[in-house]
Amino acid sequence: MKKIGKFLASRLFKSVLVLLMIALFNFFLVRAAPGDPAEILAGQSGAVDAEFIAKLRTEFGLDRPMIVQLGQYLKNVATFDLGYSYRQQAPVTSLIAEHLPATLLLTITAFIFAVAAGVSLGTQAALRVGKWGDTVITTFSMLAYATPLFWVGLMLVLLFSVKLEWLPAFGYQTVGAQFTGLAHVMDVARHLLLPALTLGMFYMAVYARLTRASILEVSQLDFVKTARAKGLSERTVITRHVLRNALLPVITYAGIQAGGLIGGSLLVETVFAWPGIGRLAFDALLQRDYSVLLGVFFIASLIVVIVNLVTDILYTVVDPRIELK
Amino acid sequence: MKDFLHAFCRHKGGVAGVIVIIAVAGLALAANWIFPHDPWEIVNAPFMPPMTDDTLLGTDTLGRDIGAGIAYGARLTLLLAAVSTAVSILFGVSVGAISGFYGGRVDQAVVGFIELFQTIPSFFLAVVLVAILTPSMTTVIFAIAVVSWPPLARLVRAEFMSLKNREFVQAAMLAGQSNARIILTQILPNSLSPVIVSGSLMVASAILLESALSFLGLGDPNAMTWGYIIGASRSVLRDAWWMSVFPGVAILLTVLSLNLIGEALNDALNPKLARKRTT
Repeated sequence: MKKIGKFLASRLFKSVLVLLMIALFNFFLVRAAPGDPAEILAGQSGAVDAEFIAKLRTEFGLDRPMIVQLGQYLKNVATFDLGYSYRQQAPVTSLIAEHLPATLLLTITAFIFAVAAGVSLGTQAALRVGKWGDTVITTFSMLAYATPLFWVGLMLVLLFSVKLEWLPAFGYQTVGAQFTGLAHVMDVARHLLLPALTLGMFYMAVYARLTRASILEVSQLDFVKTARAKGLSERTVITRHVLRNALLPVITYAGIQAGGLIGGSLLVETVFAWPGIGRLAFDALLQRDYSVLLGVFFIASLIVVIVNLVTDILYTVVDPRIELK
Repeated sequence: MKDFLHAFCRHKGGVAGVIVIIAVAGLALAANWIFPHDPWEIVNAPFMPPMTDDTLLGTDTLGRDIGAGIAYGARLTLLLAAVSTAVSILFGVSVGAISGFYGGRVDQAVVGFIELFQTIPSFFLAVVLVAILTPSMTTVIFAIAVVSWPPLARLVRAEFMSLKNREFVQAAMLAGQSNARIILTQILPNSLSPVIVSGSLMVASAILLESALSFLGLGDPNAMTWGYIIGASRSVLRDAWWMSVFPGVAILLTVLSLNLIGEALNDALNPKLARKRTT
C-alpha cells in the first residue's frame, strides 16, 4: 500500500513538472517572438484598442522585470486564469470550457472506434498470417497509416456528403432544427460519424499493426505451445491465452496516443467545422488571437497528462508484474 | 553491400517504394521543363476539370494549373521534409550519443526532456511554434525538427549505452583515444543502421506534418506545397474535387513509399529481426 502511495506521488510530481514546463514554454515563446508581447497576446484586432493593451500590460506586469512577470504568469495559470480574448470578449478559460465537451465526444468516439476496429482487424490478420485475408488487412493499414488525416476527411466528405448525400458534411447538429430527446441524439450521431471515422482511421491502422505483431510474438512463447499441446482449439488458444498477453502493448500505446488524438482533432475539427477546442484553436490562429491559442495548447497538454497518469495506474493494475517505481 | 542490396530487393514493397520516390524526385527536378510557367501563373480559365484543354489535372479557383502546382510542390515538399529531417537527425543523434555515452546527470536530464516531448501533443506544439514565430520556411523546418528529434535521440541513446561496454570500445579507451574520437569513429558507425531506418520514416512523417501545417495556412505564404493546394481547395470542395484529390494522392504515394523503404531497410539491415517477423 505504501508502495502505491509513493508511486502515485512520483507520477503526480512528474505530471505537475510537465505542466510547469509547458507554462514556461508559453511564457518564453511569446517573449521570443518578434514584437511587443502585449500586442501579440491581444492579437491583430486588439492592437487597435490602446486601453486594452494598457490593461494587458498591467495585468501581466509587462512593465516590470521579467522575473516578476513570470511569477504573475505562473500564478495566473495555476488558478486557471489563461487570459482574456479581446476578439471574442470572453475569458479564455470559459471559451475552452464551452468547447471542450464536443472535443471529448469526438476524441473518445474516435478512440473507441480505433481500438475496437484495430484490435479485431489485427487479430483477424494474425489468425490468417501469410494468407489472402492478412494481405488485405495489412495493405489497408499500410495505406491508412500513410494518408494525411485532413485529406481522409475531405475524401469522406466528397464521397458521403457530396456524391452520395448520406451524411452531413459539417457541424455538430442540423442548424435550425429543434430536435429533442432521441431525435437530437441521432442528429448529433449522424454529424459525428465522419469526423470520428477520420480521426480514428490512422490509429486504427496503428492498432491493427501493433495487435498483429504482438499476437505473432506471443504465439511463439512456451505457454502458448503448452496450450496447443493440451489440444485446445486454435480460437481458444488465441482468445484465452494469446490475446490477453498480446494486448498489453496496446494499452501502453493508448496513453501515448492521447496527444496524437488531441492534435489530430485540430485538423479534423477544422475540416468538419466541429465546434470543439481544435476548431477554437484554428479560429484563434486565423484571427491571431494568441492568448486563446496558447490557452488551448495548455489545456490540451493538461488533458494528455491526465490520460497518461490514468493509463500508468491502469497498467500496473492490469499487469501485476510491473514494478512500481 | 551486395548482400544488403540482395536483402533489400527481396522486399517487393521496398523496391516499389524506391521506384515511386525516384519518379517523384524526377518530377520535382524536371518541373521547369514539364511546366515552363510558374505554378502561381494563371494559364487557363478557373475551375477547368481534368483532361480538358491541355490541363491534365485541371485548374484551380484562379485558373492556375494543378499539375504544375503538384510538380513544383514536389520540389518544395521534398526539400522541406529532407532539410527538417536532416536538422532533426543532427540534433537527435548528437543528444542521444552524448546522453548514452556519458550517462549520469546529463543522461537523466536528456531522458526527462525526451519524456516531456513525448507527453505533450506534438502537433499542437508545432502549430503554436509556427503561428507565434510567424510562418516561413525556416519556422516550419524548425517546428518539424523540434517535434521529431526525441524518438531518434532515445534510439541512439540506447544503441550507445549497449555499444560502449563492448570490447572494441574498451580497447579504444585503453589505447588512449579521446572521447570525441571514440564517439565519432568507433560507436557512431556501428549504430548507424537504426538511424538510417528511422531517417526514411522521419522524412515520411515530416511530409505529413508539413502538409498538415500548410493545410491550416501555416506554411510559407510564398510556397506552393501539396498541403497548401489541399488547404486552398477546402472551400471549393463541392465544385472542384480535382483540387483536393490529386495533391492528396501525391502525398499518400510518397509517404507510403518512404514507409515501405523504411521497412525494407529494416529487414535488410537487421536480418535477425526480419526472420523473426516472418515466422
